[in-house]
Amino acid sequence: MRLGLVSADVLPSLSAVASAWWNLAIDPDLWRNAAASLYRGGAGLALAIVVGGALGIAMAWWRPVNALASPLVEMLYPMPKSALIPVTVLWLGFGDGSKILLIFLGCMLPVTLGAFNGARSCEQALVWSARSMGASRLNVLWDVVVPSALPELLNGIRTALALSFILLVSSELIVARAGLGYLIGFLGEGGVYDAMFAVVLMVAFLGFFADRVYMLAASRVLRWRD
Amino acid sequence: MIQIEGVSHTYRTTDGRDIPALEGVSLEVREREFIALLGPSGCGKSTLLYLIGGFLPIASGSVRVHGTPVTGPGPDRGVVFQHFALFPWKTVLGNVLYGLEKLGVPRDVREKRAREFIDMVGLTGFEESYPSHLSGGMKQRAALARTLAIDPKVLLMDEPFGALDAQTRSLMQAELLAIWHRSPKTVIFVTHDVQEAVYLAQRVFVMSARPGKIKAVVETSFERSDPHIFKSKAFVDKVDEIWGLVRDEAMKAQKGRPF
Repeated sequence: MRLGLVSADVLPSLSAVASAWWNLAIDPDLWRNAAASLYRGGAGLALAIVVGGALGIAMAWWRPVNALASPLVEMLYPMPKSALIPVTVLWLGFGDGSKILLIFLGCMLPVTLGAFNGARSCEQALVWSARSMGASRLNVLWDVVVPSALPELLNGIRTALALSFILLVSSELIVARAGLGYLIGFLGEGGVYDAMFAVVLMVAFLGFFADRVYMLAASRVLRWRD
Repeated sequence: MIQIEGVSHTYRTTDGRDIPALEGVSLEVREREFIALLGPSGCGKSTLLYLIGGFLPIASGSVRVHGTPVTGPGPDRGVVFQHFALFPWKTVLGNVLYGLEKLGVPRDVREKRAREFIDMVGLTGFEESYPSHLSGGMKQRAALARTLAIDPKVLLMDEPFGALDAQTRSLMQAELLAIWHRSPKTVIFVTHDVQEAVYLAQRVFVMSARPGKIKAVVETSFERSDPHIFKSKAFVDKVDEIWGLVRDEAMKAQKGRPF
């Protein structure tokens, strides 16, 4: 259905977008691009979670690490990470490496802050309890501090997940030879607007779907809360 | 046996002032004795307990448990906290198993042992429940089972029933005594409740307002299996006597506050 308020080129009808998507979907090209994006996003995010989580917990547990890292974290936190796109390209070129590095750098800070705040909220009595039952200090870090940090850490990862989509698509739009962001730019420049909208919607849906699945998994991990 | 000699402790506030919490505290607790540390809030009784637990550094004086100077926490001294300190991400069974795992008890033995202690505190059927689904009394039972399962020689209890309602508290007191009679341990029980101290302990150590010192030691041995003990004249007199000692200190402690 069309109200005719805008031209079909600027906002194609949903049916045109759906059929354009179907035409893309039967071509392996779409899936090759999707796989490239998925790999970059997944690898960048995984690195951000591992490194960011470890850094945040280390900052909460060892004062010197905090003194060293927190000025850096505070300085970088408000910086728009998309400004790093040309920098990562300069370092690692047009391929996967620059996208992974960008997503890693951009997504790390929310994870770090979540882990840091979560670990800091760890109750003293829990630490003492564990110690009085024979746990070593290192045991306490893994058995008490990490699970205490989990609720906030998982919140930080959710923010990072949303950020990863933003950074992925914008970096692929600007400099890439594959990926869904690249495909959006390519189709747009070629004037194939209904197909371009189809890919935009697909990205939006993937983002929504990833968030839902993540929330479901997180609530499973945190089922011990109330 | 626990020997505490000339222990003082100051703690530093966030704005950098030093507050003396304990000053020259000396006391001796005999093997398998149940003592209460009684005093107004802020008198340092919990601090003293944490020093024995090895959670705070001992800056001056000495604390020895069975002849060995305390240098840190250890499974010879089990602790029960006012707010339970159960691991919220572990089930009741998981919580009780934790200490046994850390002590390297073999898997099949620790499972059996954990269930035994859960049964002892009356939590059979709640093994797979998370602490957030338990009432306050049940949480404290779980915490007690967890601590008793590792069989510490000394039991340090920091106002363990202070967060419970009155009915649950008196039930838990009776159960604690029953458990202690079955397998006597050295117990140091911190409380600000005079009646609780007189009922549970063999000796009550009354502490003065900050900085905490031992003001008096009162023998309080009663036949505790008597259900009417609370109404007996001897019990009431003892509570009055100790309450007289505590009242001055509570008033002193109040004076240092805005109202």
